[in-house]
Amino acid sequence: MAEKITIVMSMVLVNNYVLAQFLGICPFLGVSKKLDSATGMGIAVIFVMVLATAATWPIMQVLNQFEIGYLQTVVFILIIAALVQLVEMMLKKFIPSLHKALGVYLPLITTNCAVLGVCISNIDAGYNYINSLLNAAGAGLGFLLAMVLFAGVRQKLETATGVPEAFKGVPITLITAAMLSMGFMGFSGLFQ
Amino acid sequence: MKNNKLAILTKGIIKENPVLVLLLGTCPTLATTSSVFNGLGMGVSAMAVLICSNIVISLLRNIIPDKVRIPCYIVVIAGFVTVVQMLLQAFVPSLYASLGLFIPLIVVNCIILGRAEMFASKNNVIDSALDGIGMGLGFTLALGCMGAVREFFGAGSLLGFNILGGHIEQMGIFNLAPGGFFVFAILIAGVYMITKDKSKLVREFGCSGFRTTEADRRAAEKAKKAEAAKAAKAKAEADKTAVESPKMNEREAVPTGAAELKSKAREGSVAQGNDPSEIGGAEVKAKGNNVIEDMTEGDGGQKPDADVKSEVREG
Repeated sequence: MAEKITIVMSMVLVNNYVLAQFLGICPFLGVSKKLDSATGMGIAVIFVMVLATAATWPIMQVLNQFEIGYLQTVVFILIIAALVQLVEMMLKKFIPSLHKALGVYLPLITTNCAVLGVCISNIDAGYNYINSLLNAAGAGLGFLLAMVLFAGVRQKLETATGVPEAFKGVPITLITAAMLSMGFMGFSGLFQ
Repeated sequence: MKNNKLAILTKGIIKENPVLVLLLGTCPTLATTSSVFNGLGMGVSAMAVLICSNIVISLLRNIIPDKVRIPCYIVVIAGFVTVVQMLLQAFVPSLYASLGLFIPLIVVNCIILGRAEMFASKNNVIDSALDGIGMGLGFTLALGCMGAVREFFGAGSLLGFNILGGHIEQMGIFNLAPGGFFVFAILIAGVYMITKDKSKLVREFGCSGFRTTEADRRAAEKAKKAEAAKAAKAKAEADKTAVESPKMNEREAVPTGAAELKSKAREGSVAQGNDPSEIGGAEVKAKGNNVIEDMTEGDGGQKPDADVKSEVREG
């Protein structure tokens, strides 16, 4: 049990997917302008990550069984793309309220480093099924945390004065991300 | 003709540098540039995949059906990434070990998918290959620059050659995560200062360069409809005393046009392409223009209602 908690918490704080491992930067910097869209995106990411892990981990065992492990990249990305498409259609049909909340972000997450990254890193780390799912949930939670924190800072940044002309927009955002990342570095070594 | 080809090749290097101007492919940029060798290695691998996939997708562009084009592109790109992965593992195992997770992540690199969708699917093979070379060179250059800065300040060396040799204390932060963000910000600001008005700067992140999200698309549709409605209203008010000819056909055409667009938008949201909605948007504008010409006050009043309804549904 302690091991499982360690996995989740280490993914959230120490090996934060965005701020420490640089996965999922595009949606992180693109969608975090407002707090509510950031929250929506974060929850959608958790959703997709867990689902993708649930689907790709068994497939990888099958691939390894037949010793065609080198097809990992192709198979994973196809499964993720198809799965997210399917989920979006099903959400639209059966749970329209959820689709309204999350549906906008689902295509954006599909071809994204974060989801494919978490699937591949599960295989590389050699986790079993339950630990893989926990790993994915932790990664998603870390992503959500980083996004919410960043959105709060960015909303303040919108009305900031004194930003040099060349730095307006993207560069000052990145420097803010650098500071947030420095903050998270303080967590390193938390779980030994 | 020759000028055009040269333009395609060079625009990817500075003016439309995929990383520093178009802001695509930021993940590997930040993650693999802790040293020059890693950065250049990543750049060259991505360039190889980009050129090959551009050529193949351009060759197949008339055969791939529009609705399944994204999965098709992904399959092609993933195939080449697997090949590159195995080549790296065999011939440059040190690079393979240090790049680690990011080699298979070349598949979801926005640059490659973006150029495939925006350029290779619409141009011939030679142009696509040139575009791939140009963009790949720009990517590699940007990665090399970032790697040089980070390695120099972080470890006092360049390409493994110890330059500072411990005389000046190294700033370890540049090797780590925050340094990546920081140097990236400086580089983007630098490029902006150099190309102040000469390039179309996209100061927004994300892969929206090639695939708009649903929200963007809906917003664009809404904006177009609102524009058409506003123009129609203005025209209707100006032509208050216009001829009230029995234009029953036009009056019926407006609601069906709006309904057609809405159903197209629903279809478009299921399929991932944005072409149907773009066509729909263009249609609305065309229909709007036609209707405006013989619009009476009654028609002007109907359009805003449709707008309100669609806004409520989408809001």
